[in-house]
Amino acid sequence: MMMRRLWITLTYIVVSLLLLLPLYKIFTGAWADGLSGFMDALLRAQSLHALKMTGLIVIIVTVINTLFGVMLSIYLVRATWLSPLVKRLSNSIVDLPFAVSPVIGGLMIVLLLGPNTVLGTMLGNVGVSIVYALPGMVLATLFVTFPIMVREVMPVLQEIGDQQEQAASTLGAYSWYTFWKVTWPNIRFAVMYGVVLTVARSLGEFGAVLVVSGNIINKTQTATTLVYQDVENFNVVAANGIALVLAAFSIMLLLLMEWTKKRKEVH
Amino acid sequence: MHIEVKNLNKEFGSFHAVQDVSFEIEKGKLIGFLGPSGGGKTSILRMLAGLETPTSGDIYFHGKRVNDLPPQERGIGFVFQNYALFKHMTVFDNIAFGLKVKKQNKAFIKERVQYLVELTGLKGFEHRYPHQLSGGQRQRVAFARALAPEPQLLLLDEPFAAIDAKIRTELRTWLKDMIGELGITSIFVTHDQEEAIEVADEIMIISKGKLEQKGTPWEIYKHPQTPFVASFIGESSLIERIQCFKGFEDVATSSGIKALIRPEYVEVGKSGEIVLASATMDAAVKHLHFRGSEWMIELEIEGQRLITYRSLEKEVLHPGEKVKVLIHRAYLFNEEKSWIMENPLKVDPLPIYI
Repeated sequence: MMMRRLWITLTYIVVSLLLLLPLYKIFTGAWADGLSGFMDALLRAQSLHALKMTGLIVIIVTVINTLFGVMLSIYLVRATWLSPLVKRLSNSIVDLPFAVSPVIGGLMIVLLLGPNTVLGTMLGNVGVSIVYALPGMVLATLFVTFPIMVREVMPVLQEIGDQQEQAASTLGAYSWYTFWKVTWPNIRFAVMYGVVLTVARSLGEFGAVLVVSGNIINKTQTATTLVYQDVENFNVVAANGIALVLAAFSIMLLLLMEWTKKRKEVH
Repeated sequence: MHIEVKNLNKEFGSFHAVQDVSFEIEKGKLIGFLGPSGGGKTSILRMLAGLETPTSGDIYFHGKRVNDLPPQERGIGFVFQNYALFKHMTVFDNIAFGLKVKKQNKAFIKERVQYLVELTGLKGFEHRYPHQLSGGQRQRVAFARALAPEPQLLLLDEPFAAIDAKIRTELRTWLKDMIGELGITSIFVTHDQEEAIEVADEIMIISKGKLEQKGTPWEIYKHPQTPFVASFIGESSLIERIQCFKGFEDVATSSGIKALIRPEYVEVGKSGEIVLASATMDAAVKHLHFRGSEWMIELEIEGQRLITYRSLEKEVLHPGEKVKVLIHRAYLFNEEKSWIMENPLKVDPLPIYI
């Protein structure tokens, strides 16, 4: 009994040291110069641009990831025309971004599509720049967040099985109707959970984006890379200000996540 | 709907699940696919539904080849083993699904669902979700849902497997009456011979991917055409040396003939109890099992085991007791053929003089 209490207390201490204390420091740090300091830090041209970039990336990545994640999950679980070997192989490849460091992921994109590569030059000639521009940053974030949706949706699809879908087909429903009326209601909370996780992950992505973007102020800087730059420049108040905005978003997402998780289990 | 199947084959990789199956089903008949689990019954049913593509062979509905029609176009209703109800929909929406797909108008849908709800005894449950229903009720919902778009053929995959024994019998009778009333051609799959005999107009025995025999329950019982059918229907005892049995001494020993003897072909009694004493032989009672309404008796005759039943009204036998046994007939078979042999001694040799 004593031991258990001790462990519980210890856990609380660790959690507060690791989570609550930094959060508190960010909060007080952001308000070190009062409201005006916080507002100044946020309303700088580069802050607004960085937040805009982050928002843009989050939206594009989440939309693409949701669409392709759900599609891939359905193919990997249901498609009869894919051989089991192909399915197993693609299933492992999906996890690759989890295993590879984001920085390496970003580097791979630079090495593949950078300005000095064949593909990069070809694209550059038609006026499309990938690396050190928004497309590359989206690509890097996509790479990092890709497994999330698939890993959320696949188990649910496996669990519900294909009998309900087959029943729908014997009742005259074709695949599109079946997807919306039968499959979607079963997976929607898993998809929502996946969306929340994807948003959270792409909001905080740093390594891959840093490598691909080149971190150019007012051009390819995101919120996280701006925080990094502010810290480098000893502009701690500004760094804390941006960090606080990101943290506030994360907490909101966390609450949303809890809610979707509960709904997911109800079904 | 009249159904014809010609030389149907289905292979799953190297596993030959259905082998060269052909049959015809008349309109309005209730057919039972009976056989051991994994014998290919469900595969045939799923091919009829279009949920599985045959490796070769043809399926005709009303004389029209339907192999290339998807399940949506075949005009069938399918009741799945686990019902596969849409769990996020109410009973009403489940039943209405097939009608909504066909874009029927609202008033018609409401009327049709109402009719089916009443037909299946689900009145008052329209707004419940599947998880709020009992097994029997779910089965009825699945049945009503399959019937809603007025299919020409109803396919049921092990419809009673997930229901407890007591309600099963009740539901069986209900289903038989219901299908009879609607006059819809129906096929159901089962591994329970009692269920098939009780419900089906005609039974098809399917084993190891082959159609062993097709016929009414009585025909199949009376004239089994293959050793498998003979052993599968009823609880037959397999006898290796039938020549040891009184009346069957003349059966040829050379051609590897074996016999199946059903419990009801065997009469057992204390000496003097059986009238045709000349046709009886000695046996020993090995075990007695009480079966609720009768005794099941395990006999031993020259080292061979034979099962029969005995009424509770008759004098109780005891293990180890010497008794007399009369075998009325036996089902004989070897590699090439099979036939039924009546005990020749049953005919009294001197009837006129008595």
